Amino acid sequence: MASNESGSAGMKVDQSKIRNFCIVAHIDHGKSTLADRIIEKTGLLTSREMQAQVLDNMDLERERGITIKAQAVRTVYKAKDGQEYIFNLIDTPGHVDFNYEVSRSLAACDGAILVVDVAQGIEAQTLANVYLALDHNLDVFPVINKIDLPSAEPQRVIEEIEDVIGIEAQDAPLISAKNGINIEEVLEQIVQKIPAPKGDAGNPLQALIFDSLYDPYKGVIIFCRIVEGTVRKGTNIRMMATGAREEVVEVGYFGAGQFIPCEELSAGMVGYITASIKNVKDTAVGDTVTDADNPCAEPLPGYKKVQSMVYCGVYPADGAKYPDLRDALEKLQLNDASLHYEPETSIALGFGFRCGFLGLLHLEVIQERLEREYNLDLVTTAPGVIYKVYKTNGEVIELTNPSNLPDPSEIEYMEEPVVSAEIMVTSEFIGPIMELCQERRGRYLGMEYIEGTRAQLKYELPLNEIIYDFFDALKSRSRGYASFDYDLKGYEQSKLVKLDILINREEVDALSFIVHADSAYERGRKMCEKLKEEIPRHLFEIPIQAAVGGKIIARETVKAMRKDVLAKCYGGDITRKKKLLEKQKEGKKRMRQIGNVEIPQKAFMSVLKLDDRN
Amino acid sequence: MMKGQELELYVHIPFCIQKCKYCDFLSAPAKRQVQNAYMEALLTEIAGKAAGCGIPDVRGELPEEGQAPVRERPVCSVFIGGGTPSAVEPAWIGRVMEALRAHFALRADAEISMEVNPGTVTRKSLRLYREFGIRRLSIGCQSADEKELRTLGRIHTFDQFLDTYRWAREAGFDNINVDLMSALPGQTIERACRSVEAMLQLDPPPEHLSVYSLIVEEGTAFCEQVQAGILTLPDEDTEREIYWRIADFLETNGYEHYEISNYAKAGCRCIHNCGYWTGREYLGFGLGAASLYGHTRFSNTDTLDTYLADPVHSAVQQETLRVQDQMAETMFLGLRMADGVSSGQFLARYGVEPTVPYRTQIASCMRDGLLRVTDAADGGTRLVLTRRGLDVSNYVFAKFL
Repeated sequence: MASNESGSAGMKVDQSKIRNFCIVAHIDHGKSTLADRIIEKTGLLTSREMQAQVLDNMDLERERGITIKAQAVRTVYKAKDGQEYIFNLIDTPGHVDFNYEVSRSLAACDGAILVVDVAQGIEAQTLANVYLALDHNLDVFPVINKIDLPSAEPQRVIEEIEDVIGIEAQDAPLISAKNGINIEEVLEQIVQKIPAPKGDAGNPLQALIFDSLYDPYKGVIIFCRIVEGTVRKGTNIRMMATGAREEVVEVGYFGAGQFIPCEELSAGMVGYITASIKNVKDTAVGDTVTDADNPCAEPLPGYKKVQSMVYCGVYPADGAKYPDLRDALEKLQLNDASLHYEPETSIALGFGFRCGFLGLLHLEVIQERLEREYNLDLVTTAPGVIYKVYKTNGEVIELTNPSNLPDPSEIEYMEEPVVSAEIMVTSEFIGPIMELCQERRGRYLGMEYIEGTRAQLKYELPLNEIIYDFFDALKSRSRGYASFDYDLKGYEQSKLVKLDILINREEVDALSFIVHADSAYERGRKMCEKLKEEIPRHLFEIPIQAAVGGKIIARETVKAMRKDVLAKCYGGDITRKKKLLEKQKEGKKRMRQIGNVEIPQKAFMSVLKLDDRN
Repeated sequence: MMKGQELELYVHIPFCIQKCKYCDFLSAPAKRQVQNAYMEALLTEIAGKAAGCGIPDVRGELPEEGQAPVRERPVCSVFIGGGTPSAVEPAWIGRVMEALRAHFALRADAEISMEVNPGTVTRKSLRLYREFGIRRLSIGCQSADEKELRTLGRIHTFDQFLDTYRWAREAGFDNINVDLMSALPGQTIERACRSVEAMLQLDPPPEHLSVYSLIVEEGTAFCEQVQAGILTLPDEDTEREIYWRIADFLETNGYEHYEISNYAKAGCRCIHNCGYWTGREYLGFGLGAASLYGHTRFSNTDTLDTYLADPVHSAVQQETLRVQDQMAETMFLGLRMADGVSSGQFLARYGVEPTVPYRTQIASCMRDGLLRVTDAADGGTRLVLTRRGLDVSNYVFAKFL
């Protein structure tokens, strides 16, 4: 491995010349683009080597244009004062689902750049992320992006930042990250406005794990911020929470897309440690690393343990791949501490896992990563939230899988999670958005005008009403202008029932879901309609029924296959017709057999699409 | 001299006057010059293939006793199809026949068929075809209803079909097939039957009828019109009712329903097409033409310029069938026919009865009432589709792949 290329490795690093920072922004406001420009301008890469969004190195991130994993990169900047500064840029995700990741990244930083889109102004997530940064005692300075847009009104946005967030914004750099305008100014402000790290290299080692990665050759690679002390090759380290001990094999920092080894990491630095740790579970993100021979007195405070909001069953399409799925989840969890999973079994789907996610986007991202990076074909069941079931015998169950709902006669009452939601919207869309919240059983708390035409609506909403498609509905009813953020408020008693689906008179456990009693009929009817579209015709007629407590509330029928015949098959067609038949047979293999009925994998996600009517 | 197993020959003429709206065959209108260049190429290909050129190397894969040079193998049938073969100058058909006779061992009693379409033939051209040695005509009528003919994009009227048919009889053709289509857009059961009834009123009626349920193929003008909602196809129930009504009607009138879409008077089955369903080897000449030789399937290029540049060596796709592929083909092609698959013949060819490799498939299809076993003439048994099995035959066939 190449080493000492930057010239700074091997030398003692001057702590006052280090700047550890991140960029916070609302999704699409240009955070990743600014990160690219910073890396480019500080000379780590020539622009020829630049591939758009160098920090986002997962295929998925680049395709969706979003940042999922926190990533770090170190560059060197020669400032106007003639000094060289080391920048450790920690990238953070922008979506509300990934608050936890943001929190992890912030813990490694001393300051943050707030990027605001000149056309969009401040949005709910911008606020959420800024408050998160302020909570971590970071110094935040704003940058106004997309200044090249013809409609740009920077002064309006500057005032908004000062009014709403209350931070100085008059000298905020006006930039276009896309076109590389005014990036120098951002670099100078990083030097001036972000404080150098504190901490003493001579103290006992105290390093915060903010991420980790599994490498088949090196074992677990720990990403950490050194708060106090020094770590180098040969140091005996101990993870304070898990108690695991190991000797350090290598320390280093982050080049663009590569690890660059160095002599030592000392207080204030951000880098990585490898110590031939084979067990993924030994390196909990948020844990403190210390020197086993000279330990620090107390672990660092870590950060808020994350609460999974959305649960669903994840099963391998091919039952034999169960161990592969288990390994993949274990590796992903290392990389994404907000993912929870535990084994479960389904009569319909066999062995799989009940997984907990931060939100629906998180669920989709994990699902796609499992499919792409681990080459797994998955079946996922309808996502749900955690319900609290109070039984007549005094017992309380936290229900994540609808199949485990006790018999109604044993249930005293049930509670569902409720969130307080803040929705930012321009005044013309207030009506439609209020209507949407009403439809989703929302409780109106109030409305505030932020400035002129922008308002913030406050609602309490049951979580299970917003996990499916609330975000999409919000966007479509506000022509993309509304933004939204939520916090779990607590649990409230609610009239909930389990909706069961019977296919060919057999209950399919993987299709059951919990729903509010008032919408059970409507949901059941739509679910049957949707499944009727998804399930192909068989040789026999297939009834599809929705039931609550054993009582059928809706029914559809998949008629028996009447015709599947090719009128013509002559000499020239034989190869083509054979391929057609082979395709037909392949299609069958990808289905789940339940009783005599073959159900396509995607039918299990049908519940997600119940509101597709438009 | 004739040696080895029987062989069939197919000649493709990809030209027509106007593309029909349902047609997804390799066929298009073309200028005379292009037609002439193509027909010359076709003659070159016939001569070349007869010399063994351009046929993928299949040595060692032929049954031992069948190992004879291609030009010496007895040819039991020739089929000139298209497109509309009658759209080219009749003299070309003469030259094709001449070339086939010169280079291959055509049996004296070989079935020699040609497709013709009303509006492209005359009394004179039909007499010429007869003189060139064509013995069986296949006439594309499709419907006896003028409105339906227009919907299909046919270039002719029903009266023009009647003329063609009469002229063909006058020219001496005593083995005629007529192609019909059923389950056309907006068609009722009664209207679908009317076209078939019209055939039986011909004097004498055709020896053979092919009645195809319309399949809307992707990329055709029809497909667009159906997707746009301009045309409405009969639903599956109506389509099946039409199908069986026609099948029963023809059977009561002396036609044997010998394949999914084919009906014949006694002794008048199409030998050529039966070859396709029973695994007989065949060589195809012309653009996109397919062949089965030895155990290899191959097809010529479907790009005209590539074909014209080297018609003999224009094979592009090739697949050598393993024994299990051959068995699967025997099943799914054989079951198309009323004769089904004879266990004796299967045993003779593969050394096992079909119930050995396909025990579970056959059992489940029999349990579901899709297949049944009947006695075969050779004292063994035959596996055939039931009526219900025929309706969902793709489901049955897919099981054997």
